[in-house]
Amino acid sequence: MAFPDRIERTVELAHPPAEVWAALTTAEGLAGWFGNQAAIDLRPGGAAQMTWNAEGFTAQMRIERVEEPAVFAFTWPIYGLPEDDPRRTYVEFTLEPAGTGTRLTVTESGFAQLPEDLYRKAYDGNTDGWAKELGELAAYLDAA
Amino acid sequence: MPPEGEAIAEQVFTALADPTRRAILGALAAGGPATATDLAAGLPITRQAIAKHLALLAGAGLVTAEPGERRRVRYRLRSAPMQVAQQFLAALARDWDSPLGALKDHLDRSARGPATTPIHETRGHDG
Repeated sequence: MAFPDRIERTVELAHPPAEVWAALTTAEGLAGWFGNQAAIDLRPGGAAQMTWNAEGFTAQMRIERVEEPAVFAFTWPIYGLPEDDPRRTYVEFTLEPAGTGTRLTVTESGFAQLPEDLYRKAYDGNTDGWAKELGELAAYLDAA
Repeated sequence: MPPEGEAIAEQVFTALADPTRRAILGALAAGGPATATDLAAGLPITRQAIAKHLALLAGAGLVTAEPGERRRVRYRLRSAPMQVAQQFLAALARDWDSPLGALKDHLDRSARGPATTPIHETRGHDG
């Protein structure tokens, strides 16, 4: 069983899509449930920022989809990877009316992405790293 | 994740499952490249045992051997496989259930509370 590339959750909310949309896409809304402080430039390509005080952590997000009141998506860094790591996961919220409320689905995908350079860096050592290093050591000793 | 990525992660987790190898990797992460003799001085195991583990770690691509002072082989931690393994942990560590629960509470509170009160100032947050 492979580890997941994608995480998905669906919740039923007793509030209409417009209210849920505001909670997801405004700084006030996001700061009310997700982080402690939020800033958002709500347009595709816009930047958003979320801070968690207790963790002392700020996430820089890039808004990807803004289709009021149905789809809101952003990318953000993969938690735990170094700050300069280019890998990001994609988070998408979809809102569907369900009676007087909303069925909200969140999917986060991209955990299993592996850029070519990292793949190469990680893997070459498994196949020929040891032999290569020993060869270099032998050459070094011969030259000394 | 291609199967190779999974193989890389598996080697990292296998390496970390052994306390001696954890100690070796930890020492290299904390103090930088070191010889088997350096490592033996700081760990409660023989140089021979350390050399065996280092050979295994090098074979898995988790450390790399390089010439050091006085022709002693020094071992250096390779971070790339660790970063692959970290992706697996990131998926397991991602918690959407708590934020979605908080969203439910937030919406209920907003519906009840006066519309003029800024929500984010009235709400205490964990920690």
